[in-house]
Amino acid sequence: MSDTITLKNANGGAASTDKTLSGPSGRKPRRVISGRNIMLYGTLFVAAAYYLLPLYVMIVTSLKGMPEIRLGNIFSPPLEITFEPWVKAWATACTGLNCDGLSRGFWNSVRITVPSTILSIAIASVNGYALANWRFKGADFFFSILIIGAFIPYQVMIYPIVIVLREIGIYGTLSGLILVHSIFGMPILTLLFRNYFASLPVELFKAARIDGAGFWQIFLRIMLPMSLPIFVVAMILQITGIWNDFLFGVVFTRPEYYPMTVQLNNIVNSVQGVKEYNVNMAATILTGLVPLIVYFVSGRLFVRGIAAGAVKG
Amino acid sequence: MTGHAKAGRPNQFLRNLNSKIASIPMILTAVVIFLGGTIWTVVYSFTNSKLLPRLSFVGLDQYHRLWAAPRWVVSIENLAVYGILSMIFSLVIGFVLAALMDQKIRFENTFRTIFLYPFALSFIVTGLVWQWLLNPEFGIQSVVRSLGWTTFAFDPLYTPSIVIYGVLIAALWQGTGLVMCLMLAGLRGIDEDIWKAARVDGIPMWKTYLFVVIPMMRPVFITTLVIIASGIVKVYDLVVAQTSGGPGIASEVPAKYVYDYMFQAQNLGQGFAASTMMLVTVAIVVIPWAYLEFGGGRKRV
Repeated sequence: MSDTITLKNANGGAASTDKTLSGPSGRKPRRVISGRNIMLYGTLFVAAAYYLLPLYVMIVTSLKGMPEIRLGNIFSPPLEITFEPWVKAWATACTGLNCDGLSRGFWNSVRITVPSTILSIAIASVNGYALANWRFKGADFFFSILIIGAFIPYQVMIYPIVIVLREIGIYGTLSGLILVHSIFGMPILTLLFRNYFASLPVELFKAARIDGAGFWQIFLRIMLPMSLPIFVVAMILQITGIWNDFLFGVVFTRPEYYPMTVQLNNIVNSVQGVKEYNVNMAATILTGLVPLIVYFVSGRLFVRGIAAGAVKG
Repeated sequence: MTGHAKAGRPNQFLRNLNSKIASIPMILTAVVIFLGGTIWTVVYSFTNSKLLPRLSFVGLDQYHRLWAAPRWVVSIENLAVYGILSMIFSLVIGFVLAALMDQKIRFENTFRTIFLYPFALSFIVTGLVWQWLLNPEFGIQSVVRSLGWTTFAFDPLYTPSIVIYGVLIAALWQGTGLVMCLMLAGLRGIDEDIWKAARVDGIPMWKTYLFVVIPMMRPVFITTLVIIASGIVKVYDLVVAQTSGGPGIASEVPAKYVYDYMFQAQNLGQGFAASTMMLVTVAIVVIPWAYLEFGGGRKRV
């Protein structure tokens, strides 16, 4: 990436020296401060402020003490920074059922997100590979149902799934929820992998077959090493999606296994006691922290992931 | 039926066996959960199941009861208002932001990061932040009042008639970044020559956007609309976090109705009927789109 840029610059430099020799040409340099630019950047900055405002208010509120919140306005920076709300949100905030704070939900969410991400990606990558390279009769039919299924509201399928899980004996447990996440992650991930594998040069696959490699061998030895980027995209999609889930967590687990989002909602919206807004905001940030970190670290891949997930959906 | 099973050739079923084994999870999910589960729910919506699903059919009773319930009617009205406004505003804001971002601006990545980060957050987090920002005692209302405009009233979360707009503001904050990204991708797909031609002809920029670029981006708009629409029908966590359906039943939505009747009121039949209505709503949106997208042109995936 950086190589091409330097190359371009080098070319550009050479070209411009030529130009200086042959007299002025090309577009007139634009003035930086023009009415148009002021409008343009002004609008963008106002919009950016609107998007950043809630994050700012969250952080500021979480660092204030309750007396200061009652006196001041929500936008003013804290006069006295305190981390007590954070500690309380993490360790001792009450939900009406227990007083373990968010820590319990955090670990539940970790125990849900990690296996769900791995399982759903494992299933979907093999599926996508089978659909792209080893298509059998009827495969497209099932795949179509799968894609149409992605549009069906979850509410329609929730109760049948409850019955299925109850029959298997994992309703209310973490394994049940992990299975549910793998099921509902399947349409989009399978599509993602299928399209990716289909875009790889087919000669590669043919050559491997001629050399006698089978289904799994080609997958593990040839396809996997070539598809690291798409696996990262799928991971981003799944980690943020599963971490942010609320509905499945509420429906398919018992209270002791509630994920972080459910725990957060129970803490903030519990009716007992005095509302501690600073603790609530600290808890809210803590819950949003994992997907935010994933987002900021992954950058362009996140955009690619949602674009792949959204546009082709 | 291509293979007419010549003698000596392996069994049809065993052909490609590994691939079939690998596809078992997909087949099970598609057939048992997506197809079977949907049919199951629709069938049981015609029964009078209460605590447990029972197959005693009562015709359309559940649907009559559903549409007679004020809470369901409010839910549908809210969904309509929220849905239409959120489609319009998402598209307009998303497109305007994308158009601004497409002016070869500096710090494009920074702006994109800022506009898109709310999309990484869950609806629960979104709802709770905006619950706090719209808090009448401490939030935006009190700040504006303390600036001197003492009669300023902006209290959607405690005013039944406008509570759904409070939810809408939060939803737009969370989701417009995505729309902006999709639109930007669409704008980048427009041929540079179109712009040059418009400039040569002396067509003002806004006119080029309105009469040339937007019609060219029709597929992007439609896809975006379908994505927004299928998200709208599912809206649940946002309302739970921000208002819990209140004040009263003023901000109830269908998805919440379903959940409450299935898992709290233990009136399964109502829940099934309501969820079937949700399915119908989605079908109304998706089927015409799927027909336009995949019916005419064939194979574009």
